[in-house]
Amino acid sequence: MNNAPLLEMEGISKRFPGVVALDQVDLTVGEGEVVALIGENGAGKSTLMRILGGATARDGGTIKINGAPVEINSPRDAASYRIEFIHQELSVLDNLDVAANIFLRREPTFGGPLKLIDRRRIYKEADVLVRKLGLDISSRTTLNRLSIAQQQLVEIARALSAGARIIIMDEPTSSLTLTETRRLLDIVHDLKSQNVSVIYISHRLHEVEEIADRAVVLRDGKNAGVLQRSEINRERMVRMMVGRDLKDFFTGAPEGVYATPDGEGFAVRRLRTLRYPKHTISFSIGRGEVLGFAGLVGAGRSEMARAIFGVEKAHEAEVGLDGKTLRITGPRDAISHGIYLIPEDRRQCGLIVDFNVRENISLPNLDAYSSAKIINRAKETKAALDACKAINIKTPTPEMRAANLSGGNQQKVVLARWLSFAPKLLIFDEPTRGIDVGAKAEIYQLIRNLAANGVSVIVISSEMEEVLGISDRIAVMHEGRLTGILNRSQFSEEAVMRLATGTEG
Amino acid sequence: MKKELGIFVLLILLCVITSIINPNFLLAINLQNIGRQIGAFGIFSIGLGLVIITGGIELSVGSMMGLLGVLLSMMLTEWHVGIVVALIACVAIAMLLDLGHGLLITRLNMQPFIVTLCGLLFYRGVARFVSNDETKGFGTAAGLDFLRFLANGNPFGIPMPFLLLIVISLITWVVLHRSVYGRYLFATGRNPEAARYAGINTKGIITLTYVICGALTAISGIIFAFYTNSVSPANHGNAYELYGIAAAVLGGCSLRGGEGSVVGIVIGTALLQVLRNLVNLLDIPSSLDFAVMGAVILVGVMADQIFTERRNRRQIALMREMSAREAQSQSS
Repeated sequence: MNNAPLLEMEGISKRFPGVVALDQVDLTVGEGEVVALIGENGAGKSTLMRILGGATARDGGTIKINGAPVEINSPRDAASYRIEFIHQELSVLDNLDVAANIFLRREPTFGGPLKLIDRRRIYKEADVLVRKLGLDISSRTTLNRLSIAQQQLVEIARALSAGARIIIMDEPTSSLTLTETRRLLDIVHDLKSQNVSVIYISHRLHEVEEIADRAVVLRDGKNAGVLQRSEINRERMVRMMVGRDLKDFFTGAPEGVYATPDGEGFAVRRLRTLRYPKHTISFSIGRGEVLGFAGLVGAGRSEMARAIFGVEKAHEAEVGLDGKTLRITGPRDAISHGIYLIPEDRRQCGLIVDFNVRENISLPNLDAYSSAKIINRAKETKAALDACKAINIKTPTPEMRAANLSGGNQQKVVLARWLSFAPKLLIFDEPTRGIDVGAKAEIYQLIRNLAANGVSVIVISSEMEEVLGISDRIAVMHEGRLTGILNRSQFSEEAVMRLATGTEG
Repeated sequence: MKKELGIFVLLILLCVITSIINPNFLLAINLQNIGRQIGAFGIFSIGLGLVIITGGIELSVGSMMGLLGVLLSMMLTEWHVGIVVALIACVAIAMLLDLGHGLLITRLNMQPFIVTLCGLLFYRGVARFVSNDETKGFGTAAGLDFLRFLANGNPFGIPMPFLLLIVISLITWVVLHRSVYGRYLFATGRNPEAARYAGINTKGIITLTYVICGALTAISGIIFAFYTNSVSPANHGNAYELYGIAAAVLGGCSLRGGEGSVVGIVIGTALLQVLRNLVNLLDIPSSLDFAVMGAVILVGVMADQIFTERRNRRQIALMREMSAREAQSQSS
C-alpha cells in the first residue's frame, strides 16, 4: 500500500471562449473522506467536477489516483477508476425501471452472444441495494413514478453497485425537502463508513458544516482556501467564498423610498397554481419596486411566475393594476398589459437559439417593425443594433445565432426584446443562473435602472446574496405557501432561510 | 440563400449533362412538358413545405387530390354544377379538411404524422366509394375550355401551371420570408415553447398553415385532374405526398421544423421532375426511376448537412476571435 491520497488533482486549468473557468486549481481527496467543494455560482466547481467525471477536457494539470497519474477523457474512463457522478439534473432514464437504471451498461447477461439480460439477478440485487438506502420501493417500479429524491437515491444505488470509490454529488439537496435532505446526509455518513469518498458540492452551508471533513473553497476559478473539520463554520466559508465586498455589487434602493403602495402598482390576488392547488398567494408590488422571491427549489415560485404571465394555467389567478383587474388567459394578454417574463430556462423558453440576435429581439414586437404585416428589415436591424448598444450585448453582428452567445449575452437578448415595449411589470426567474460575474453585475444594474424608471420588478432567485442585494422587499415561499414578506430592515440570511424552510410563519 | 445555391447548381448541372447526352432534352415540347410537371407538383409542394416548417407533416395530399379530382369531374359532368361553384367547392373542401387536421393536431395534441396518415387512407377510401371505384373524367365535355387551358395551355409558349407556380411562389415567398406570419411560422417550428413565451399564438399559426396547404393542394389537384383528363379513384395522386416531401427536404426544409424556403422547395421540385425526365431520356431502365431519385435526395441532403455544420463552425470561430480580441484589449 502506498500512502498517496486516493485522488489528487493538481494545477487543473480550463479556458472557455472569453472566460478562464479554472486557473491552477488543486483538490485532494482521501479515502473515506467527505470533501465539500464550495464557492459561488461560476466559481468553477462544476467545471472541475466535469473534468474529473470525464465530461469536459482539461487544458492543463494532472490527475492522480493513489499517486499514479491517470488520463480521464470520457465518463467511461472515470467509471473505470470508480469515480461516479450524481448530477444536479438527474441523469436517470425515467421510462425504465429501477433495476434497469441501476445496472445500465453493466447488465449481467446469460445466453452467451445473445446477451439476454439476467432479469432475475438484476431485480434481486437491485432490491437489496435499494433497501440498503432506505428506499421502500420495488426495483420493478418505473422511475417516472418516483419522487425526485427517490430518483436521486436510485442514482446513488447505481454508483454503489458500480463499486464507486469516489462519488461526486453536485447540489444533491437542491430539490429535496428537509426530511429527504436529512436522509441524504445520513447516507453520506454511511458511505464514509464504507470507505467511499464523497465530493459534495452544495450552496447549503449548514449541510457542509454537518458532514464535511474538509471544505475546499473556490473563487473565480482559483483555490481560495481550505478549511479543516474544526475550522468549518458558516462565517469563514462565506468570507472565503465571497472574497470581495458585496456592497459594490449591489446598489439597492435607499431605505424607506418605497413604501408598499396599495392602490398603485400591481396586485396579485388568490393565485393558486396547478402544482400547489391548496395554497393561495396574494401580494402587491409598487411602481419602481424590486420584489425578490426567495425559497428553495420547488417552492412554487416559477409556477407562480408562469401563471402571472399566463403561459401556464392556474386554478385561480387575479392580477390587478392600479386597482383594475386584468384579464390574462395567455402570454399575449400579459404582454398587452406590459407584463413580461424572463424565464428560468433561457435556452428552451427564453430564446430561439437557432434564430439570430436580430430575430430574437424583434420576435414579440414584430408589428412595430412592419407595415401591412411585411417586416421592414432595415428598421428591425436598427432596433437590434440599438438594443445591442444600449445594454451592451457582445456580438460581432446582430446576424449571429443566439446559440453562439455566452449565457450573459443570451440573457441580455431576452431582456432586450421586452425593453423595446416599455414594460410595466418584469418578472425575472433566476436572472443570473449560469452567467459570469461581470455580466451578472450588468444585469443587476439593468434591473435597478428599470426600477428607477418606475417599472415593477419581480426577481425570483435561489441565490441568497442576489436576492438580499437586489430587492427592496423579499417575499419568501415554502412548498407553495407564501410564508412571509420581509422589509429591508428585516433582511438577513437567517430570516430568509427560516421562512424558506418553513420553520416560521 | 447559399443553401439554395448548392441545389440550384446541381439542377443546372443535371440539365447540362442530360442535354449533352440527349439533345432532345432541349426540345420545346420536352421543356414545356417538364415545366408543366414542375408547376403542378410545385404548387402543392410549397404547401407541404410550409407544413414541414411548422415541424409537422401532411401525408394526405395525394389522396386528397384523388378525392378532389373525383368530386370535380362528378360535379362538372354528372351533377352539372357551375364551374365557379365547383372550383370554389374544391378549394373549400380541401381547406376544411386541412382545418380539421390542424385542429386535431393543435387542440388534441395529436401527432401530425398519424392525423394525416389517417387522412391518406380515409380520403382515398371516400374517393373510391363516391365514384363506385369507376374512373371519372371530363372527356370532351363542352364549356371546360378555361380549365383545360389552365392545365394544358401554353401562353407565350410557357405552360400555364408553371406560370401559376411562379405567381404562387412569389406570393408565398413574401408571406414566408418577409411577413410577420412567416417569422412566427419559423419561430413556432423551431421552438414552440419559446415562441409561446414570446406571445405568439402557436396553435393558430400551425392551424393556419395546414389550411394554406389545403388551398394549394386544391389548386394542384384541379390542374392534375385536367392534365390527366381522367381520374382513376384508386391511383390518382398516389404517392404525390412523397414527391412533395422530397422536394421540400431537397430544398432545405428540415423535418425537425423551423427551416426551409420557398425558393428551395421550387428548385427541389424542379430537380425531381428533371430527374424523372432524365431517366426517360438517358435510357435508364424506368424501373430504376425511384432508385435514382432516392440516391439524389440522399446525396443532396447529406451535402446540405455538411455545409450547415461548416457555416456554424465559422460563426463560432468568429465569436472566439471577438472574445480573444477583447481579452487582449483588456490586458493591454
